[in-house]
Amino acid sequence: MKSAILVFPGINRERDMARALRMISGHEPAMVWHAETSLPKGTDLVVVPGGFSYGDYLRCGAIAARAPVMDAVRDHAAKGGLVLGVCNGFQILCESGLLPGVLMRNDRLKFICKDVHLRVERSDTPFTRGYNAGQVIRVPVAHGEGNYAADEETLKRLNGDGRVLYRYCSADGEVGDLSNINGAAHSIAGIVNESGNVLGMMPHPENHVEDIMGCTDGRGLFAGLVAHLDRAA
Amino acid sequence: MKARVTVTLKTGILDPQGKAIEGALKSLGVDGVASVRQGKVFDIELAGTDKAQAEAALKAAADKLLANTVIENYRVELLG
Repeated sequence: MKSAILVFPGINRERDMARALRMISGHEPAMVWHAETSLPKGTDLVVVPGGFSYGDYLRCGAIAARAPVMDAVRDHAAKGGLVLGVCNGFQILCESGLLPGVLMRNDRLKFICKDVHLRVERSDTPFTRGYNAGQVIRVPVAHGEGNYAADEETLKRLNGDGRVLYRYCSADGEVGDLSNINGAAHSIAGIVNESGNVLGMMPHPENHVEDIMGCTDGRGLFAGLVAHLDRAA
Repeated sequence: MKARVTVTLKTGILDPQGKAIEGALKSLGVDGVASVRQGKVFDIELAGTDKAQAEAALKAAADKLLANTVIENYRVELLG
């Protein structure tokens, strides 16, 4: 799996992401500066990592979403190429129009930095095939604006078309107000676009991939992507 | 030419920051505050003098960047 990680000023999770991708895919990811107008040839997966691009000025992800490299990402996605946005990356994908909706301030206004449980809603997608449907995984979140919102029509389509891949839940997989850490609509933690090749999620699977991290539940996401591409090749 | 673009949250969109400010005003004893919604103001200086052109440019600025029209409305004013 050849991956390309976008780098914007203010991003700070790109090295964690690179480490996880290197370890699980066996390939060194390319780091692509935001002013570039193209992606490295043969890129399978574009990753928009977490951090605070442009200091979260204006709105989280708003300025990064208008960077030159994003046109190349749009082309890549339009051709069916895989795109993964984590945390600030999810915000950037929403702001760029690659995903619907928006990430608002957490409903209790606090920056949340802790491990959370996620329920994997289905396993038949490139982004979840490393898991079983209904499986509960534990991964960290670190965000102040992760409260997913969209209009009723969009939410209906996301839910009805199975485009919510990850939801916040309790340790035993219950979805409800108590486990909905940031007030997100329908406890949404991660969604895909209509054609299923662009995923945005608030939690950081790249931070739970090695034993030394205390948990390896995040590996499945990357291992699933590798398996998906191996099968497609 | 000077202009002002005001961006506000659409009705029905939850505004936790506005709520927190509302609570703070109440605890300060400021009477008669029914609700607070927080928005943004952009003061912009334009190079040209053509009003129609200026309005078109400001609208483009708001649509492309200043507002996220999923959750926000905007208003454009030419201040002369």
